[in-house]
Parts: sequence; C-alpha cells; structure tokens
Amino acid sequence: MSVFDGLRFRRVYSPIHNLDPRIKFVYVCAIFAVAIIFGELLPLIILFIMQIPFVVLAGVKREWLRSMRGAAFLATIIFLTNFIFAYFGGREVAQSLENAVAMTLRFIVLVESFSIFFLTTSPDHLGLALEQTRIPYEFCFAFTTAVRFVPVLAEEAQTIMDAQKARGLELERGNFLKRIRNYIPILIPLIVSAIRRSLELAEAMESRAWGATKKRTNLYVLKMHRGDLVLVAITCGILATAIYVRLYLTIPSLNELFRSLF
Amino acid sequence: MIDAQNVYFTYPSGVEALKGVSLTIRNGEFVAIMGQNGAGKTTLVKHFNGLLKPTKGKVLIDEVETTKVSVATLARNVGFVFQNPDHQLFSETVEDEIAFALRNFGFKENVTKRRVTWALNLLGLTQYRKTSPFMLSGGERKRVALASVLAWNPKILILDEPTIGQDYQQKEKLRQFILQMKAQRKTVIIVTHDVEFVAECNPRVLLMLEGKIVADGEARKVLTNLEILTQASIVPPQIAQIFLQLSDLGLPKNIIDIYEAQGILLKFLERKAP
Repeated sequence: MSVFDGLRFRRVYSPIHNLDPRIKFVYVCAIFAVAIIFGELLPLIILFIMQIPFVVLAGVKREWLRSMRGAAFLATIIFLTNFIFAYFGGREVAQSLENAVAMTLRFIVLVESFSIFFLTTSPDHLGLALEQTRIPYEFCFAFTTAVRFVPVLAEEAQTIMDAQKARGLELERGNFLKRIRNYIPILIPLIVSAIRRSLELAEAMESRAWGATKKRTNLYVLKMHRGDLVLVAITCGILATAIYVRLYLTIPSLNELFRSLF
Repeated sequence: MIDAQNVYFTYPSGVEALKGVSLTIRNGEFVAIMGQNGAGKTTLVKHFNGLLKPTKGKVLIDEVETTKVSVATLARNVGFVFQNPDHQLFSETVEDEIAFALRNFGFKENVTKRRVTWALNLLGLTQYRKTSPFMLSGGERKRVALASVLAWNPKILILDEPTIGQDYQQKEKLRQFILQMKAQRKTVIIVTHDVEFVAECNPRVLLMLEGKIVADGEARKVLTNLEILTQASIVPPQIAQIFLQLSDLGLPKNIIDIYEAQGILLKFLERKAP
C-alpha cells in the first residue's frame, strides 16, 4: 500500500499547492514527454534533479520518499530486465549498465512527477479543473469520486486482510499458484463492498437531487496567478530546450564523458 | 491469560493510539472494553491476536510474546470476530464460510463437518447451511461471522461491537451465549458502546480514554462512577441514572441491574406505605 501513500493528498498550504491544477497537469505532461523523448542517462538525471526543488517547496518530502520507496520494487525489475537483455544482446558491461540505469531513471521520473502532482493537488481542485475545462460534469464527478475512494479502499483492504488473518489465512504460504489463490478471500469481500458502496452512493445522490439542474455554477472559480505564469514559463522553457537539444545536439553518454575526462 | 505490559502503539500515519496500557486478563474472565470513538479499544484488542505488534512494551498470550509467533498461530487460541461481517464473508455457502478457518488450521474433513454442524446449530443458522452468506440479512451475516470463529473453539474470544444491528432477542441470545462461554472457563472480551448490554451482563469493565485505561473494575462500580464516565463521554445505564437521581432518598447509588433495582424500590415503597 506504500505506493498509494505517495499519492495520498494531505491538506497543507505551500506555493505548489496553490498553483492552478491545470497548469500543474500540463507541467507533469511536459516532464512525461521529455522523459520519453530522451533515452540517454545524462538528460534523465537532470530531469530527476529538477523535480526536487518542487518537492522541497511543497514540503511533502516524507510522503514523496515513501512513494519512491514504493516504486523501488518495479524499478529493480526494470533495471534487471534492461541490463540482462542489453548485456546478453552483445553490448559491453559499462554500456548496458548505463542503458539500464537510464531506463530505470525514466520510470522513476514518471512516478516522481505524478507523485508530486497528486500529493499537491486536492481531489476537489482536480475536479474543479476538469469541470472548468468543459468536460461534462458526469465524467468529472465519476473521476473525482474514484480518486476520492482510493484511500478508503486501501484502508478497507487492510481491514479485510486482518479479518481473514484472524481466521488463520496465511498469505505467504504455499507455491506461486496457491499464493494467488490466497487472495480470493480478500478480493471477494473487497469487490462486494465496493459494489455495495457504489449503490449506496448512487441512492444517496439521487435523494439529494443529483443532476436536477443542467447548468451548474461553482463557488470557487479557478484563476491564474503570478505563480501559475511562472510555471507556464518554466514548462515552455523545458519543452523548448528539450526539443532543441534533441534536434540539434548529440548527447554524450556518461561512459564517453568519463573516458574523455581521464 | 493475556498480559499487556506498558504497551505503546503508533500507527504508520503517526497517530499514537495506545499510550502505556498495562493489564492482565485471567482465563475465564468476561471483560467489556468501553470508551468513545478513537479511544484505542480496537487497537488494543488487535494486539491480543498479534494483528498489531506494540511499538513499545510487550503483550504475552499464555506466556508467549506476540512478536515471536504468527497471527495464524495465535489465532488458533484467540478468536477475533470483526465488527463488520462484510469484511470477511466470501464463500459460496454459509457452510463453506464456517469451514474456511477450520481448513486453514488443518482440521480433518470429518472433524470440520462436525464442527460446522455444531456451530450452525449453536447460532440458529442450520436452515441457511447451503445459502450464500450474501443473501442473508445484516444480523444473520453477523451471526455467520461469529459462527465461523466459534467453530474452532478458541480459548479466548474477542468480539468487536457484537450488538450492533442485532434486535433485542438476538442480544439476549448473545448474552446467554457469552454466559455459557464463561461457564466453560473461556475468556470473552467485548469491545462495545452498548452500555445497557454491559449493564445486563455485569462483566469487568475497562474504560479507555485517549489511549489509556482510566478505569478498571466491576461494571456496577465503573458504570455508576459519574466523574469517570463523563470524562470518557459515556452515559450511565438508565437504571443507574434513576438511582443516581434518587440518591437523596437514601437509596444506594451503585445499581445497574433491573431485578436488584426492582427489589430495592419495592422494599423502599413498602416502608413508605402506611
């Protein structure tokens, strides 16, 4: 569940939390795109380091580190597969190592930026952003409700696990297939209660006249502030630099750099 | 025997739920743990079958420290019925649901069958043997959950909010059943908000407040101590309220039992009547 912890929003105030979620989302997408454009290690390291000021400024270091730790397992798998395939594909060790690290870092940068986005954007804010980009309200509502219920579901899964463990269920026992089967007593109550809850939610919404008025007004209206403009500028800068570097410069690999230095 | 020694527990989120709890529960005792929401009741009982391990201090179950053995091993002796039955029901039939734990503990198939029949009978569920647990009413689901734990006959039984969603008749059955367990020298621990139920059962009461035990004693003592009850935001049982308000007539204050109350009032009225 530690991955979820890294995505769980906590209400605090910081310059990053106050940014317009739409701009933040564009920024995350830009980082995402840049991480995909480059496969070399050097730019990915720069990209990784560039996110750290955001984390510090938002004051979410602890949660962010936790989500990084949650991603560690997948990152290891990515590293190993890349390294093994490159190495046995006939490349030399240093080169395949660099390549594998780059691929892993690409994944980490993606997790990192999304984690920053979700850690600093409240679900309400997110819903507001969706609505004010003229997406039909039904979809916005479905989306925000889904986001809203992730932590609830995670907590419920924990309770169910406890209840079944108290009845002698041992999740880590048996061979691979048996271990998967061990999760049935956890998944069924989880799914059943999720369905039951969604029906209850629907009834509660109906009884509060959901969808009675076609035109909705908002109490809060998103407005661009100075900080948002700064972020727009930063995003444009990153994108422009990335495209320029990609098109007109060759990026040295770290191996080559070291070799030319010594 | 349950022995908690200066137990502290902090959740990963940083909430300190237990702040130095020490207590001993002997075999065959009937204990009710009470207190307002968030007082640490459920956190405390989750330490008794090893679902939670103390961050500081020790919990010993029959002289074995809970950190040294798995939950499954502890569960063989400590049965824990969760508050919400929907968090554990998953089988196709009530029968399978009850047999689940027995199979986990490695009971033989013929023993499992016998135990299931016994548990179904005990809780009046025999007619639902082949029914899906999801088709049952809330109260019935609760009883299936209880049966599924009782089936392996644990020495210690923990019930988290057993009276929620039960009608008066079922509550009375539950009370009878707990008394029966007590007669068999089993330890029963209930976590509850239901003061009236506790008053009728008259167990040892542990009152918790903000992660600490603030009162420990007979129900008639704890549940009539207004000062402590107010602190823990608990309203005394109705009988106790009457006697607390009538105390200037010279009646005793520590009464929670209906029949005892009736006796005292009758005697009082006889004396008053010319």
